Amino acid sequence: MRIELERRTAQSPVIEFLAPLLAIAAAVLIGGALLSAIGKSPEQAFFVYFVEPFSDAWSLQELAVKASPLILIASGLAFCYRANLWNIGAEGQFVIGGLVGGTIAVVTYGMDHALGGYWILPAMLIAGTLAGMLYAMIPAFLRVKVGASEILTSLMLVYIAEITLDYFVRGRLRDPKGFNFPQSVPFEDIARLPFLAEGERLHAGILFALAAVFLASFIFRRTLFGFDVKLVGSAPKAARFAGFSEGRLTFAVFAISGAAAGLAGVCEVAGQIGQLQPVISPGYGFSAIIVAFLGRLQPWGILCAGLVLSLTIIGGESAQIAMKVPLDMTRVFQGTLLMCVLAMDVFTRYRLRLIWRRSA
Amino acid sequence: MTLTMFELVLFTILTAATPLVIAAIGELVTERSGVLNLGVEGMMIAGAACAFAIAIVTGSTALGILAGMGAGMLLSSVFGVLVIFLAANQVATGLALTILGTGLAGLVGSGFIGLKREAALHLHIPFLSDVPLLGKLLFSHDLFVYLGWALVGGVAWFLNTSRSGLVLRAIGENHHSAHALGLPVRRVRFLAVLFGGACAGLAGAYLSLSYTPFWAPGMTAGRGWIALALVVFASWRPLYAFAGALLFGGATVLQLHAQAAALGIPGQLLTAMPYLATIVALVVLSMRRRRGSVAPASLGLSFMPER
Repeated sequence: MRIELERRTAQSPVIEFLAPLLAIAAAVLIGGALLSAIGKSPEQAFFVYFVEPFSDAWSLQELAVKASPLILIASGLAFCYRANLWNIGAEGQFVIGGLVGGTIAVVTYGMDHALGGYWILPAMLIAGTLAGMLYAMIPAFLRVKVGASEILTSLMLVYIAEITLDYFVRGRLRDPKGFNFPQSVPFEDIARLPFLAEGERLHAGILFALAAVFLASFIFRRTLFGFDVKLVGSAPKAARFAGFSEGRLTFAVFAISGAAAGLAGVCEVAGQIGQLQPVISPGYGFSAIIVAFLGRLQPWGILCAGLVLSLTIIGGESAQIAMKVPLDMTRVFQGTLLMCVLAMDVFTRYRLRLIWRRSA
Repeated sequence: MTLTMFELVLFTILTAATPLVIAAIGELVTERSGVLNLGVEGMMIAGAACAFAIAIVTGSTALGILAGMGAGMLLSSVFGVLVIFLAANQVATGLALTILGTGLAGLVGSGFIGLKREAALHLHIPFLSDVPLLGKLLFSHDLFVYLGWALVGGVAWFLNTSRSGLVLRAIGENHHSAHALGLPVRRVRFLAVLFGGACAGLAGAYLSLSYTPFWAPGMTAGRGWIALALVVFASWRPLYAFAGALLFGGATVLQLHAQAAALGIPGQLLTAMPYLATIVALVVLSMRRRRGSVAPASLGLSFMPER
């Protein structure tokens, strides 16, 4: 007996919907096996990871807070990946966005604010978005004009962005009264994203994430540009014959994904952290890649996938405290999850056939 | 043994280039067969962690090296099954492999942070290594450096002159023609992926057993990605990859010496050097090669035999 894969002639909506769920289930099983291999109770871990976060309002808000940057970044990345362009440097664009936006908050700190300072937060958001966008234009430019692999250049730029942030936070932007700690002054309230309710954790960043999902969904469904993106990705030759400019499209999708990542970066420093630190991201830019694929590059799928990944981050943190599971377990689980998603993807494109006898 | 400054610089270039050479040669073979494995960084760091852990537990460097290579091969086999037999997207699967490898390395290495080990044995070939200048430069390294050289020579011979090498290249250039000729496309690709994994693991083992020699999270510091860039830089040719690795080794040494000389350059700029150099190298090379790519024609495409 052998197993063969046969190309599907039509997409099956049931499988398309089931594949991500099956992937999550498979990843949970593999994760559980790994946990018991390092001597932890998988049942307890399952409870800590997937049940406890839903048990109180505080963790539910935390879930949304951590999901926001993931959803925002992944919505942007969906444009790139649909066009078969590989921006894997969202982490760098996130960091640069946070750095540039945060710099405005640091520079205006303690000044007499014209117009009551209400322009500061919008300025930060715009500057961060633009910075992320411009930073993403570097690999796009190098690909279109020079032909250098965008995968490698965008990834190298992540390291450079992290080093740049580190340099400024330890240098020019360091809080002079901060006992030499490598961090900036805490932002003034006027430079912080407002909380959605008094005394709660959830800040306005989630609104940007939801807006990004709506916007991406609209563009993919209703605009010619959304169609171009998909066409260039799935049938590049046809797109070329139809006269689409691949170069212009490359710039556009990199700009969109960079802007989204940059905005997520500012939201993180202005909402969650409230100052600049040498490290401002627990790897959101990389986790967002998983979110994009788990969501099957569909905006609404990305919304759900962002919550799932956020769950693994929060679960990982509480498992570290409650069960002394190393924090790296989260990464292992995320990597396994992405692999399962990609493996399940094969069933959306191929049909499994069991062949009992060797065919002549 | 005492070395002059000049000898010391050359010596350091060779050692800094070694992990890049080993990892790049492995990836080069993988890519020549038509598979792009972006997970080098993940396999390398998992190799580093496993090699160090096993070497500490058993006290044997040889077992450590084997464990490092084994870890790389295990991870690459997962990758191979997904992209070769299930036709999964190679870029995304490679990224997943990097994330997974980094996580596994952290899990394995968590119990070994702060431990130290004697660096792996430095061969001191009598007589030969006493030849002035060249002697110390060529004949008193540790095992890994020579392994790296042997790999470059062996792979160059394999790809260019052996029949199996021809088969591998044919599969990388056009898998449909190769399949029509009756060549086992997927089996050869899987073996090439395994070889790449073993090399990445070996490169990691070199880092944790000889180069540093200890385990620290994130110790590969992007070397896996630089190795990937080196393959492009080398136009998929082994000897060029060796030359390119020496250039990058040179950049590392420059960084170390500039730090020591305290020239007033911010440390962060020096840390960023290898990454900047990688981008510059990619750009320069791509500009020279605008017309016609030299990449294996089937690189990154999945192959599923149709009946």
